[in-house]
Amino acid sequence: MASTVKLSQLPIGARATVREFPHQGPAFLRLREMGLLPGTAVTLVRTAPLGDPLEIQVRGYHLTLRKTEAEHVLVEMAGGG
Amino acid sequence: MTDAVSQATRPGRAPIYALVGNPNSGKSTLFNALTGLRQKVGNYPGVTVEKKIGTTYSQHGRPITVIDLPGTYSLAARSPDEAIVRDVLLGRRDDIAQPDRVICIVDATNLERNLYLVHQVLDLGRPVILVLNMMDLAGSAGLNLRLARLEHALGIPVIPCEAVNGRGVLELRLAMSRADLPLSRHNWDIPAPIAPAVSELQASLVENDRKQPLIARAEALLLLTDQNPVRVAGSTPLSARTSAILAGWKQRWEREGVDWSGTLVNSRYGAITRLCGEVVQRSDRISPALSDRIDRVFVHPVWGWLVLGAVMTLLFLSIFTLAEYPMNWIDAEVAALGSWVTRVMAPGDLRDLITDGAIAGVGGVVVFLPQILILFFFLGLLESTGYMARAAFIMDRLMSRVGLNGKSFIPLLSSYACAIPGIMATRTIEDPKDRLVTILVAPLMSCSARLPVYLLMIAALLPGDRVPVGAKVGLMLLMYALGTVGAFGFAWLFKRFLLKGEPPLMIMELPPYRLPRMKDVLLHMLERAGLFLRRAGTIILGISIVLWFLTAYPKQPGSTTPEAQIAHSFAGTGGRLLEPLIQPLGFDWRVGIGLVTSFAAREVFVSSMAVVFSVDHFAGGKRADVTPLRTALKDAVWPDGRPLFTPLVCLTLMIYYVFAMQCMSTVVVVRRETNSWRWPLFQTAYMTGTAWLVCFVVYQGGRALGF
Repeated sequence: MASTVKLSQLPIGARATVREFPHQGPAFLRLREMGLLPGTAVTLVRTAPLGDPLEIQVRGYHLTLRKTEAEHVLVEMAGGG
Repeated sequence: MTDAVSQATRPGRAPIYALVGNPNSGKSTLFNALTGLRQKVGNYPGVTVEKKIGTTYSQHGRPITVIDLPGTYSLAARSPDEAIVRDVLLGRRDDIAQPDRVICIVDATNLERNLYLVHQVLDLGRPVILVLNMMDLAGSAGLNLRLARLEHALGIPVIPCEAVNGRGVLELRLAMSRADLPLSRHNWDIPAPIAPAVSELQASLVENDRKQPLIARAEALLLLTDQNPVRVAGSTPLSARTSAILAGWKQRWEREGVDWSGTLVNSRYGAITRLCGEVVQRSDRISPALSDRIDRVFVHPVWGWLVLGAVMTLLFLSIFTLAEYPMNWIDAEVAALGSWVTRVMAPGDLRDLITDGAIAGVGGVVVFLPQILILFFFLGLLESTGYMARAAFIMDRLMSRVGLNGKSFIPLLSSYACAIPGIMATRTIEDPKDRLVTILVAPLMSCSARLPVYLLMIAALLPGDRVPVGAKVGLMLLMYALGTVGAFGFAWLFKRFLLKGEPPLMIMELPPYRLPRMKDVLLHMLERAGLFLRRAGTIILGISIVLWFLTAYPKQPGSTTPEAQIAHSFAGTGGRLLEPLIQPLGFDWRVGIGLVTSFAAREVFVSSMAVVFSVDHFAGGKRADVTPLRTALKDAVWPDGRPLFTPLVCLTLMIYYVFAMQCMSTVVVVRRETNSWRWPLFQTAYMTGTAWLVCFVVYQGGRALGF
């Protein structure tokens, strides 16, 4: 099984696919409804100048989320683990 | 029960449309294009969400009502704005009937996420018209959309549109004019584990909560999307039976390890992705979008700060320089109006009421209108270009230190110029608690009305006729710093103890940069300013008259100087009553009068002091020459001969104005934005209380140190 990393650990510009996504939590419902689901392709675009939040590209648009949320999203990097 | 072809509920009545869509999808532009100036903005009773209803015309010239619902990403509402969209579409609200038909506007450049809301709306079983906006941007992004396919798959009219150019609006109006619109071919397979629960809940909602079948189904789906049923139910709690059924299923799924909420969302997106696979053809784009390239600078770890600083500087420069001309003009016109009334009317109380009460009072507020307009314009510009989201993104880390999120940054920043637009701009903050905290602390950011007071006190404080620039700037910066520290300190305090809540989320879309549409920005500016004037106007007029009354009555018998009159009036009595309270701060009853009258607006303090210390022919206004007043202040003494305005007292007075709530316009705006008097009263109390405490410490401490 390909190894997964936390979304927050992706290098800038890296593309990945969401593998595991928490079931509970208000943030995660909203993130799911915004299109971040298991199997979705994401790209880490940048971090804010102060380090937090992160900007990701998903389903054709850009979304921000905090590191605390990104840490719970496990992704598999494109091109193998 | 509706059948395959829906008609307006009453023949002859035009259907009522609701306009829904994601934020940043161009919904306001479309609404403006449809309705122009035929819009009415109010409040939904009971909540702090704005109600926007407009009228457009069918192809036959019949008026059609369009309700502009707040932008939302999903009917599983997470904020009061989104709850209103859900409640209006589900027909839950008493003040507004369930709309007959829905116009869904989507951003063609990111169709998938936009279609999620549409997917939910289609559950309602109402006729829907789909508007694909930003087709021009889709084209330049290399997206080819097969509209006929989309129309066929969904079974509803699909109208390509470029709201900014007005393209597609006519076609939309034609579609809206149709007597019958098809219902969508919206069959999606509810995933197997969830389907029986949906049926049971739907049945129970129909029977026990007395909902219509289609609405019941939509509600059942919402209950199974959001984990918090209380939030979904809104103001009408679920019947016991329905709650029991829901709880039972949730327990069962817990045991079986079924992620019920995620399953529904997944299922919707699955259907959407399949649809988009057939409809959207993407030509390979290798070069990054222009927006991305701009962001590489605007959100750069180094350049990003420079850009932010430049934007802030531009904002303040325009406030403090551009606004000067219209403000001077208004000052002059108000004064001219006053003189004219003085000439034309017979001397007496009514004339004084009009000139010194109504005209002076309202004039004092109207003079800030240029600043307010410029601020709204600027804020509208920042929002429509998309930079606002970047500013929130950059500042989020700092704001979250005090428990707020980046979206509070711009409203607080604007409050440096004037708290009123800043407070009205807090609408973008979704969480009601965060919004309230931002509103409560915004007035602590030293607004421009405090400047006349600071300048007067600095002039009185520093010896000599020419105030050294360094000292002046230093003192001003000190006052600004105090206000800022106070604002963030109280924000932290309130979030920690008073308005405890979950830490705010920062899940926000960063829309592509767009050229602002001037028509929309200007319309928005006029709408906001109009709202302020209409709501605040009558109350400000009322309070101005009351304050005039307090200074004009009771009348000093015989011919009298203004100084004696004000000393003899209610305001004077008030000042004397206040004296024991403010003496520990180094103020006497005459300063007390100033504190009372400047509750109307901070800069009134200066003109009140002129009257109290009998400076003849004080021109007043923003550009007053304070030298004669300064001399009068320096000569003022306590009954025992000690000078009244020692440097320490001047400093204390400045600090008082940093913290105290002295602006009736702000109080009125806070009342409107929070829908109750509780919060503005609390705000006045905590701010003025803090002012007293801090001044007490400063004055007594200063005295103890020998100043």
